[in-house]
Amino acid sequence: MPLWLFGFLAALSIVSALGVILQANPVHSLLALVMTLLAVAVLFIGLGAVTLGFIQAIVYAGAIMILFLFVIWLLNLQAEAGIAGGRLARRFFGAIAAAALMGELFAILSRAPSGGNLEAPAGYGSIHNLAMLLFSDYLVAFEVTSLLLLAAVVGSIALARRPAGARDGAVAPPRAAGSR
Amino acid sequence: MLIELLIAAIKVIAVLVTVLSLAVVLLWFERKGSALIHDRIGANRAAITGLGARMGIPNLGFINTALADPIKMFTKEDIVPEGADHFLHTLAPFLALFPVLITFAVIPFGDTLKVGGMSINLQAADLNVGLLYILATIGIGVYGIALGGWASNNRWALLGAIRASAQMISYELPLGLAIIAVVMTYGTLDLQVIVRGQGGVWFGWLPRWGVMLQPVAFILLMTAGMAESKRVPFDLPESESELIAGYFTEYSGGKQAAFMLTDFAEVILVAALVTTLFFGGWQVPYLYPDGFHLPGGAFLALPNAAVAIFGVIAFMIKLVAFCWLQTLIRFTLPRFRYDQLMRLGWKGLVPLGLLNVLATAFVVVAFGGPH
Amino acid sequence: MVPTGYYMALSAALFAIGVAGVVLRRNVIVMFMSIELMLNAVNLAFVALGRGFGTADGQVIVFFVITVAAAEAAVGLAIMLAIFRSRETINADELNLMRW
Repeated sequence: MPLWLFGFLAALSIVSALGVILQANPVHSLLALVMTLLAVAVLFIGLGAVTLGFIQAIVYAGAIMILFLFVIWLLNLQAEAGIAGGRLARRFFGAIAAAALMGELFAILSRAPSGGNLEAPAGYGSIHNLAMLLFSDYLVAFEVTSLLLLAAVVGSIALARRPAGARDGAVAPPRAAGSR
Repeated sequence: MLIELLIAAIKVIAVLVTVLSLAVVLLWFERKGSALIHDRIGANRAAITGLGARMGIPNLGFINTALADPIKMFTKEDIVPEGADHFLHTLAPFLALFPVLITFAVIPFGDTLKVGGMSINLQAADLNVGLLYILATIGIGVYGIALGGWASNNRWALLGAIRASAQMISYELPLGLAIIAVVMTYGTLDLQVIVRGQGGVWFGWLPRWGVMLQPVAFILLMTAGMAESKRVPFDLPESESELIAGYFTEYSGGKQAAFMLTDFAEVILVAALVTTLFFGGWQVPYLYPDGFHLPGGAFLALPNAAVAIFGVIAFMIKLVAFCWLQTLIRFTLPRFRYDQLMRLGWKGLVPLGLLNVLATAFVVVAFGGPH
Repeated sequence: MVPTGYYMALSAALFAIGVAGVVLRRNVIVMFMSIELMLNAVNLAFVALGRGFGTADGQVIVFFVITVAAAEAAVGLAIMLAIFRSRETINADELNLMRW
């Protein structure tokens, strides 16, 4: 992909990532995260992993984030007053630690072997290639992942179900009169 | 390079203008068409002083209504409720409209047009993963609706938004399953290739349209598409008699116009998808790139431009026919209760879609490959 | 052709921002979102390296990471719902029953 497009997407994703962690309102953070996910999806497409980029947009940005949105509504979260609990020391040292981590990662990753940008084989990111790999070399992982998803569905329903007879706190928005 | 950019820009503008004008025509369908179905006279009071009557033309009323409605909507005052999140309140309608409009980029509306030595593919963006792109944009479309209801600081709007987003994500599943069945039948995600694959005839006279190969998927797509666009009978989120206007209660003026436009644009999108995947898109029966080959042996040669234009006209006719079908269904059926709606989606359409995929898989393997 | 090193640098930056989010924010939902950010940074690194070496294994791994992230988000949010019902708060500072 052209360098200017990469630069634009990189800037967009970093700005939205900063928006995720710095905004007071959780819904605004969520929107910023969606923008980051979409920017990363476009980066995937630019890297040749076309199917994966669209899968990221459909699954991650289109489904998982809506799950987050539903939970934010159910918990009726308001904008926080004062990020990081107001303790200046924690904020300061947290930022320093994150910056130190970023420096370390830069240092290590710039020395990592990164391949030679070989010419991608034909049909590199197509569904066909991805499926051939998934269903032959990685078949066991695929089946185990489907079991994992089943366990997650059952587990989250069991965890989030209201205990029988419990009083509903200030959680959900009030039901309409003449409830259905 | 510049010529290609210009052609691409022209295609994009043409598609957008067509969709937006068709949305206005749909507005008229809603008014006068519903009147036709309900055996009453529809809106006929808007008039541009004497236009039509003075010229001796009897009924120009529909143009007046179709012009007056958008003008009314855009000139109304824009109210943001107290305590609402200003930024999201303004962003939501356009966040809902944008994904629906950009989906039209991959719908092919004609065959290749050969003009002055260049072949122009009559499709705004020739993606070879067009159907994945459509699924992605439909998924993103949920956000505008959800945030619109939430940003209104109104518990009934929030309720409408929750219902709407739950309904939309539930019906993305049957939609995806129907699309998977079509992809398996044609072996490709590229919409132009799918439409081309629907040319030709069987037994010498039956056009090789997708609906013959995938009737179940057609029904699934139609139903799930209508549920996605929250049309009756699935319009509980915006039901006018129950939640006032659901998630766009607190919107007025231009933002409400944007939400209405989203509604109509989704109708057109579902019609376009059904046409492209199941009814041959721009294929005219018996029309091949070099002319008409009628059953019985008659052959009528046509220049390439005429073939392309026939294709575009056929696409528009089919599109309008399916928009009319959706309007017909809207004004005939009562709406589903919310639990009935969810039950239909999860317990009815999803197993049906899965069975359809399974059956298609058997057939495809038995006949050795796509088609 | 953008060199792989640029993608790794972007991945490192996103990961560090995610870590900062987990450390700095006390709202558990936002901490979850920062974790998703970290996962995305890692996904980007996988795909970029896979492309650099010309294999599609990076994409398969990212496919599984996305799936596992979905499962983990669902279960984690369900746990948060259960906690909120009993404790009426999801501020990580106040969820300190297990501290010494």
